[in-house]
Amino acid sequence: MFYREAGQFKTNYAADMAVFPILQDKIGIALILTLALVVIPLAGNAFFLSVVMIPFLIFALASIGLNLLTGYTGLLSLGTAGFMGVGAFACYKLTTIFPGVNIIVWILTSGLFAAAVGVFFGLPSLRIKGFYLAVATLAAQFFLQWCFIRIPWLYNYNVSGAIEVPTRTLFGIPVTGPNASPEMRYYVVLGIVILLTWVASNLVHGRIGRSWMAVRDMDIAAELMGIKLLPTKLLAFAVSSFYCGVAGALMVFLWYGGAEPEVFSINQSFLILFMVIIGGLGSLTGSFFGAALIYILPIVLRGAPSLVGLNIGAATVEHLTFMIVGALIIFFLIVEPHGLARLWQTGKQKLRVWPFPY
Amino acid sequence: MRAPDMDAGVTAGDVLLAVENVSLRFGGVKAITDVSFDIRKGEIRAIIGPNGAGKTSMLNVINGFYHPQDGRITFKGRTRSKMRPYVAASQGIARTFQNVALFKGMTTLDNIMAGRTLKMRRGFFWQMLRHGPAMAEEIEHRKVVEEIIDFLEIEAIRKVPVGRLPYGLQKRVELGRALAMEPELLLLDEPMAGMNLEEKEDMCRFILDVNSQFGTTIALIEHDMGVVMDLSDRVVVLEYGRKIADGVPDEVKSNQAVIDAYLGVPH
Repeated sequence: MFYREAGQFKTNYAADMAVFPILQDKIGIALILTLALVVIPLAGNAFFLSVVMIPFLIFALASIGLNLLTGYTGLLSLGTAGFMGVGAFACYKLTTIFPGVNIIVWILTSGLFAAAVGVFFGLPSLRIKGFYLAVATLAAQFFLQWCFIRIPWLYNYNVSGAIEVPTRTLFGIPVTGPNASPEMRYYVVLGIVILLTWVASNLVHGRIGRSWMAVRDMDIAAELMGIKLLPTKLLAFAVSSFYCGVAGALMVFLWYGGAEPEVFSINQSFLILFMVIIGGLGSLTGSFFGAALIYILPIVLRGAPSLVGLNIGAATVEHLTFMIVGALIIFFLIVEPHGLARLWQTGKQKLRVWPFPY
Repeated sequence: MRAPDMDAGVTAGDVLLAVENVSLRFGGVKAITDVSFDIRKGEIRAIIGPNGAGKTSMLNVINGFYHPQDGRITFKGRTRSKMRPYVAASQGIARTFQNVALFKGMTTLDNIMAGRTLKMRRGFFWQMLRHGPAMAEEIEHRKVVEEIIDFLEIEAIRKVPVGRLPYGLQKRVELGRALAMEPELLLLDEPMAGMNLEEKEDMCRFILDVNSQFGTTIALIEHDMGVVMDLSDRVVVLEYGRKIADGVPDEVKSNQAVIDAYLGVPH
């Protein structure tokens, strides 16, 4: 009743090709943006911003990156954390060598380093697919993590073997380092995530996105239509790794404030792969859903008992959280194997025809 | 849109594609042995033969997916023994598949739009913005795609993911995707396989219309002899990778070698 496009006629192709062609969707996205840009920074406290929102946005960005590769181009990768690490270490090196340059420039530039590394490790994708490619990218993961530990130049010969984020400012306000306020860090992360999500949406709705999906769905037909497989796949690796690299740099500079190589272990790769699968392969919205389900839900569950006044031991809460999240993941995958994004689509379709069944 | 090159010299009735002494082997298996035939501009050329005769292999050779060990292929006056699929596609050879090879996760519209990929020029920067020139280009190609959608009468399924469509419509979308490439030579691999009579009649009409309205040269593989004899201008018959007959449908129909190939020889 409320979500219905009846009476909304499109009179030109541009309107029909818009990412949000329906008025209600436009209102919805405007509301979400207002919420993210105005309401959350005003209403949220420091804990909410730095423990919930900033990590959520960073995970969502990494999920978008992996989704472009795995969901849109059909190339399974387990090297996500490795590429994130390349971004983080590149950003660290760049900002310590050239401290004068704005940190946001370096965060985005570090994505380019990750992209270059991603292209290199994407080369085998021409010959191998599926699980075999996953194993090849696993090699990238282990090799890169080895580099982060064994090449002291990367962490400036720091005795702890970790990187410590220096203070960097934007218009005189600290953005990174111990003095940066959560609001400032939140706005920087949010700005970058909005920008890159918009770019990703543009890419997947245009020629490049269609080539990626064509390669994913039927590579032989794509090739015989003149889509060159290797450049298409490598472009997917480059863009995907760029996103992961930026997410990695954001993670270290605006969330952790410092990092050991252990942060970029295979567990991180799996975590992001789960976000992509549960959120929905081949859906940008799904990347946000997946990050929310896997990252925010446990936090909510941990806080829930004390909120409703239940007195349960911290260890029990922790165990319960694992069990509930695990059960929910299985539940959602049984209800809709194509992920939360598909569930969302089905829900919208139901809403369109409500109160009738079809 | 395509660079005006040697195809300027190819007019109706001239040889568009010539296959000369092509042989293709997979290890010890001889898929095609010393086959020669030609396809003239503007005609509908059928390739028939019993199962395993090498028909699909022949199409794969023509559009560069297989590389024959021997022989030459001349397309629009350019001779080659090997070709990459990309080059074949950019020179104007399009193709449909025996088992529908659509992009299942994409809508009808996106599938046909994907057929325009080679004709789209805007680079990565504009694609990132999806405004200005990139959007203008999208709209320009969308118009062409909409004409194809009108032509094939698939307006209603424009935004349906093709994986959900019935088989007959999938075949039609696949034809649309090939047409979106504006091919000079359209290779159809069993366009009517698995269809009922009405669907076959529709498909026949589309093939004839493509041929007459757009002047597209068509090479088709088909097992339905009624369709082959009605549609095609000339027929080439393969058996066990060799050419056994070539000519207008009436000649081929009465050719003893063809009858033997299809009906068997009494012992």
